[in-house]
Amino acid sequence: MIHDIEYETMPREALEAIQLRRLQSTLARVYSSVPFYKKAFEEAGIVPSDIKTLSDLKLVPFTTKTDLRDNYPFDMFAVPMDNVVRIHASSGTTGKPTVVGYTARDIGTWSNLMARALAAGGAGRGDIIHNAYGYGLFTGGLGVHYGAERLGASVIPVSGGNTKRQVVIMKDFGPTIITCTPSYALHLAEVAEDVGVSFDSLTFKFGIFGAEPWSEKMREEIERKLNLTAVDIYGLSEVMGPGVAIECYEEKKGLHIFEDHFIPEIVDPKTLEPLPHGETGELVFTSLTKEAFPVIRYRTRDITSLNPEPCSCGRTHLRMNRVTGRSDDMLIIRGVNVFPSQIESVLMETEEVEPHYQLVVDRKDNLDVLTVNVEVSEGSFTDEVRGLQVLEKRITKNIKELLGVSAKVKLVEPKAIDRSQGKAVRVVDNREI
Amino acid sequence: MQVEQISVFLENKSGRLSEVTAILTESEVNIRALALADTSDFGVLRLLVDDTEKARQVLKNNGFTVGKTNVVAVEVPDKPGGLHRILTLFYKADINVEYMYAFVRSSGDNAVMIFRIEKEDEAIDLLHKNGVNVIDGERLYTI
Repeated sequence: MIHDIEYETMPREALEAIQLRRLQSTLARVYSSVPFYKKAFEEAGIVPSDIKTLSDLKLVPFTTKTDLRDNYPFDMFAVPMDNVVRIHASSGTTGKPTVVGYTARDIGTWSNLMARALAAGGAGRGDIIHNAYGYGLFTGGLGVHYGAERLGASVIPVSGGNTKRQVVIMKDFGPTIITCTPSYALHLAEVAEDVGVSFDSLTFKFGIFGAEPWSEKMREEIERKLNLTAVDIYGLSEVMGPGVAIECYEEKKGLHIFEDHFIPEIVDPKTLEPLPHGETGELVFTSLTKEAFPVIRYRTRDITSLNPEPCSCGRTHLRMNRVTGRSDDMLIIRGVNVFPSQIESVLMETEEVEPHYQLVVDRKDNLDVLTVNVEVSEGSFTDEVRGLQVLEKRITKNIKELLGVSAKVKLVEPKAIDRSQGKAVRVVDNREI
Repeated sequence: MQVEQISVFLENKSGRLSEVTAILTESEVNIRALALADTSDFGVLRLLVDDTEKARQVLKNNGFTVGKTNVVAVEVPDKPGGLHRILTLFYKADINVEYMYAFVRSSGDNAVMIFRIEKEDEAIDLLHKNGVNVIDGERLYTI
């Protein structure tokens, strides 16, 4: 079902006219209200009125996660704090989170886009949505929640964790839609099986899965084990949260980006030159309607391509293909963003080990398991096993405190970590996704 | 009166221990006693050798993490209750034993035990006062 027929099926020409008008207004607004953007525009030698067509967007400088971090916590906000009604945050490269804000109107826009996304994924009024995205600073839980209410569906705010209880709720409440990360969906299937509940006896029709990369193979597995149709949803808190792009259940072939609210671009991650449709590069977003936290040419670091082919569902918004990787070394572990540099900062503060480390990610029983291999250092090596075990535990605790992720710390011998061309291989991702 | 022991950090993977013995063999270092402590991930190999400095250097040159610790070598009467008597002395003097292991050869009629203990000097005094012989490095390496 299409939630917002007028905008979602708008002819390209009319859509692009709206985009240009909204882009010009957004650029004028950030230039006058966010010192960071004013300075960036000045350094690039442009003023907002130089942007006369959509293709002029390429003149505008990029925004990176580092820029957001440098303006921690609220300096990227384009409205005074008394207009901000909601704050979310996601983890940043050095442990400092990226903070995003929403005005009441932003929450309304987000709810509307999320309602569109749920509808594209098969939900409608009368559906019961089992929302197992985490509620909190993470945008997943509340984003889906508001969209579900806007759509007129019944939402169960079950959040993450307590999986056995979730199985009971799924059995007793009869939800028809499930929203969670794809890995949690598979975990739910296993726990259900353990307690003797078959998804064949449940009432699910559709599942809307996102917040981490997954594959067609994983989709087949989820659809088989959960007995439903699985669609992919995309979003990131810096751009808005979930509901930036969604697959339609009719095609399940690429995610429609809500282009009346966001302009997507694909750029070469090295030269930063825009690439034509169909070519693979880094996804860049400019927000068109956000008030509190507009983003201009924000580099998502996600690698994908754009597909302008018309879609049988009737939506005219172009589609992004599945995200196939990152242009930086960020890992998503159980929905939490983890940068190797964060682990490094924990190790730098630990005298007893070398800052030589390797992150190994595996997927066991459908849950991500992070192992941190650390080289013991010569100077502080103790011959007492107990002392070394205490050291492992201390690093584990510090990682958990800074990143909010449980890791298994494993001490290894010096030089045990592969160094290719003198540079350590920091991340080994064994997950088959 | 203390004896120098070297300890080597080892990952739990096959062939690692034999690499240590190969390096020592090549350098003609003789192992006099050893003990291996291990966890599921890693182990610590403790060695008494006839040339501590040389062993340390060659192992370090081959990329091993090597530590040096002082331990106490004690003559223990080779009869029932021999070890018990010494441990009782430590216990009463509130001296904690971190770990211990047996030396390969005996010294006359006595066995030799290697102790890693707290308050080493105090412990050595205590042993002497109670008529227990402590063996120094030079003698130990030539037993």
